[in-house]
Amino acid sequence: MTRRLRLILLGVGLAVLGTLLVVALPQLPRFGGDAHPYRDLAVVATFQHATANAVSSINFDQRGFDTFGEETILFCAVVGVAALLRPVHRERRREVASGGRVLESTSLLVYVLFPVTLVLGADVVAHGAITPGGGFQGGVVLSTGIHLLYVGGRYRLLQRLRPLAWFEQGEALGVVLFGALGLAAAAFGAALFANVVPQGTLSDFVSAGTVPLFNMAVGLTVGSSIVVLLASFLDQTLAIRADQGGAGPSDGVREGAA
Amino acid sequence: MTVYAYFVAAAIMLIGILGIATSKNLVHAVVCLSVAQSSTYVLLIAVGFQYGGVAPIFGSGVDQKTPVVDPVVQALTLTDIVVSAAVTSMLLALVIQMAKRRRAINPDDLGPLEG
Repeated sequence: MTRRLRLILLGVGLAVLGTLLVVALPQLPRFGGDAHPYRDLAVVATFQHATANAVSSINFDQRGFDTFGEETILFCAVVGVAALLRPVHRERRREVASGGRVLESTSLLVYVLFPVTLVLGADVVAHGAITPGGGFQGGVVLSTGIHLLYVGGRYRLLQRLRPLAWFEQGEALGVVLFGALGLAAAAFGAALFANVVPQGTLSDFVSAGTVPLFNMAVGLTVGSSIVVLLASFLDQTLAIRADQGGAGPSDGVREGAA
Repeated sequence: MTVYAYFVAAAIMLIGILGIATSKNLVHAVVCLSVAQSSTYVLLIAVGFQYGGVAPIFGSGVDQKTPVVDPVVQALTLTDIVVSAAVTSMLLALVIQMAKRRRAINPDDLGPLEG
């Protein structure tokens, strides 16, 4: 298909879609109105299980099974990336030297922020049931914190501090824990992924029953997943080189990995 | 004005689609897909918004009677973001493979089933 034909087709399609949207969107409930039937039901359920963070309650309690599916999607994607980004035919891994000039202010900032970010990530995971945050957000903060070392020019230190095998295990362990918690609820005679633990009082650190446990399992998975993911991309950019004789990687490789 | 936010979401999606279709670089196409996907965040959050509503975190000052914005769509948005990140990383890995094997990342230079 030529570029011109494609653009014409695209124009027609977008025009039709745009027209449909213009007709349909004004018939949606008014923006900012106070009719939210799902909200009302979800808030009642949230209070029944003494969970302060309604979003966590929905994700890990009311829709626990869906979140398990979501976690599995993430897990599979990371496995797929790791499989795609191995050194392939006529490529080899080289040693990466910690090098390059890093501004002293950058290093200082990294040394200050590295522990702070890790503590913050753990805090966000642990308090997922009572304050904004949770396993997904906290996991991303944790893995970002670890990668601050790379920003500070300490790739070798990052490699030492990040035993990849552990994170690969951690990722799988998180998914297994999540599933096991769901099955445990079924074993106690309730529904799959039901909240069977006593829920305590609203806003206490130990409240909301299984929600904090699910949060920790998800935090483990997400944190490990992102570490494995970024490790694959970093490896691709820094360590994997085409063999002598074969042409070097094109610019596109670096662009894709950046 | 009452449906303004929905049109913002629609516009973001259309821009994303336009970007994918006219893209000359696979990385650019992947980013455009992320842009198109982000329109769903805007739409979901807009659907759940309520004037005067506060964040759905209960505790001091916020009880069952306080109007809060819809936590259901916020949870859906969180799911959406995670899936989007998974898709983006997977596609970028595929682009890297494509660049290695074919030394081309312009969809027009690739065969019909490759680009």
